Amino acid sequence: MRGFLLNRLSQSLVLLVIVSIIGFGILNLLPGGPLAQFGLDPGMTQQDIERLKGLLGLDRPIWIQYLDWAWRLVRGDWGHSFRDGAPVLEVIGSHLFATLLLMGSSTAIAISIGAWIGIRGATRRYSLFDYLATVGAMVALSVPTFWFGLVGIYVFSLKLGWLPAGNMSEIGDASILGYLHHLILPSIVLSLVHVAIWSRYMRTATLDAISQDFVKTARAKGLSERRILMKHVVGNALLPMITLAGMQLPSVLTGALVTETVFTWPGMGRLFLDSLGYSDYPVVMGLLMFSAILVLLGNLIADIVVAIVDPRIRLA
Amino acid sequence: MTAFTANAAPSRWRNNRAARRFMRHRLALLGLAMIIFLSLACVLGPHLLPYDSLYIDLRARFAPPLTGYHFLGTDPLGRDVAARLLMAGRISLLVGFFAMVLSTLIGTLVGVIAGYRGGWVGATLMRTVDGFLSFPSIFLLLALAAALKPSPVMITVIIALTSWMEVARIVEAEVRSLREREFVLAGRMLGLSGTHIMFREILPNAMGPIIVASTLTVARAILMEAYISFLGYGIQPPLPSWGNMLNGAQQYLGSAPWLAIIPGAAITIAVTSFNFIGDGLRDALDVRDDHI
Repeated sequence: MRGFLLNRLSQSLVLLVIVSIIGFGILNLLPGGPLAQFGLDPGMTQQDIERLKGLLGLDRPIWIQYLDWAWRLVRGDWGHSFRDGAPVLEVIGSHLFATLLLMGSSTAIAISIGAWIGIRGATRRYSLFDYLATVGAMVALSVPTFWFGLVGIYVFSLKLGWLPAGNMSEIGDASILGYLHHLILPSIVLSLVHVAIWSRYMRTATLDAISQDFVKTARAKGLSERRILMKHVVGNALLPMITLAGMQLPSVLTGALVTETVFTWPGMGRLFLDSLGYSDYPVVMGLLMFSAILVLLGNLIADIVVAIVDPRIRLA
Repeated sequence: MTAFTANAAPSRWRNNRAARRFMRHRLALLGLAMIIFLSLACVLGPHLLPYDSLYIDLRARFAPPLTGYHFLGTDPLGRDVAARLLMAGRISLLVGFFAMVLSTLIGTLVGVIAGYRGGWVGATLMRTVDGFLSFPSIFLLLALAAALKPSPVMITVIIALTSWMEVARIVEAEVRSLREREFVLAGRMLGLSGTHIMFREILPNAMGPIIVASTLTVARAILMEAYISFLGYGIQPPLPSWGNMLNGAQQYLGSAPWLAIIPGAAITIAVTSFNFIGDGLRDALDVRDDHI
């Protein structure tokens, strides 16, 4: 286990370095580069900019600038927002909960419905249900999330009036029920694509598990089909799904950004777009790096959990 | 060189078999028919419609579909939605197609070099692929689109820059497994250059997975263009794209729902069609089902 952990941790560190190099590249692509905030100020002359470059060390070799920038990231000094001067990490932190709530609830929906469809499809292979699930998954993967959101708002908020069209709660109403009511539509919208993905993977994983020898043994022991399915097949099929949950993180974050925009959900995605609109590059860069680090961390945790559950991996 | 020409016969036979299998895949044929129909409509349609996609008629604002002279209704400026939809289709399909070409080129190049060279070159390239995949693609796309001037060409380049990784992974795995085969050894013994072996001997054998992946990349690229244009950082008005037609639609959702429904349906149909074709090609070319 120790060797596995060290190996996996060092992989993540290498990736973190590469991710930071890509991030630094984008920072220098932005108009004005790291000095963008002063480029917008009409009171700044070219000489002022040159002087600032010297003061901030931007006339140094690029790799020293990179090390300086990366070291500040590591120490938690991610710069300050142009809009209100608040530290970037604080700004991100205040939007983190809303996004995690949305991602968590939609992942829960995606896993439960997706797993159900996948297992049912695999046990009734080539049935009408299986066929419809296969075609339905391909269509679901093709629907733009924001459009599904608009259609959902049109049907359930404007026509039927059942669900709120946006925001996280009504003003003055801080009850849990109020939050849940607002959470329903965005989480369903965000989960659509992932229901499709989970159902496809779950179908494959269940088919793999069904053809294993231990299932034959269980049948030979005379266990009921239901018991075989629940205990032997689903248990083993769910294992690779932990890794999948980690791998899905970038796509869930992408979906969350779009969903939050449509539903005016006060999370990281909305913050990203707002900051982009204000050319608030420190927050944009902060969110870019933060989301990538979140993804790396998610994959690391998923791999460690799999290694804890499955001895074949940590001993190999 | 007779050894190489002997390969031609079985490969042509295989292509025939692949074509026959593809023709049996009903959804793939449906997808292909839809794409041909959509492309023809987008190329010819604007010439047949009596309205220009940019013609503003303030007297005919918010005309619902199927009511007056406008088949699909009009938008807040009184422009004909059908004419805009077809012109937008040109942009969206072209961006999707060329983003696929570019990202397949980048991905194949990176994949072949990483797979054939291996060692630290391969490791560095593949870790870079992992690094790019760690960013949620929309964050990367929006940051790049904000940094660079958004023209249709630049949007195509940006989408390609954020979607080559999948192809690179597939090609790398394929090339790595072919590298030690006898025909590669034979090529080396004949004194062929590394470039010749990589691109003329190994790459043709990896075409199946590349074709499947690039079909799915078209679908993804059309979706990505729609996402960033919807959010206001993609194709800029007055040039229409399926994504930016949806950009202002949310505020009129109650009074003019067709403005949101029609372009979104066009995106869904186009993307679904490419996904169906990709699925059919995967069956026809016998590509392992690693993905969805």
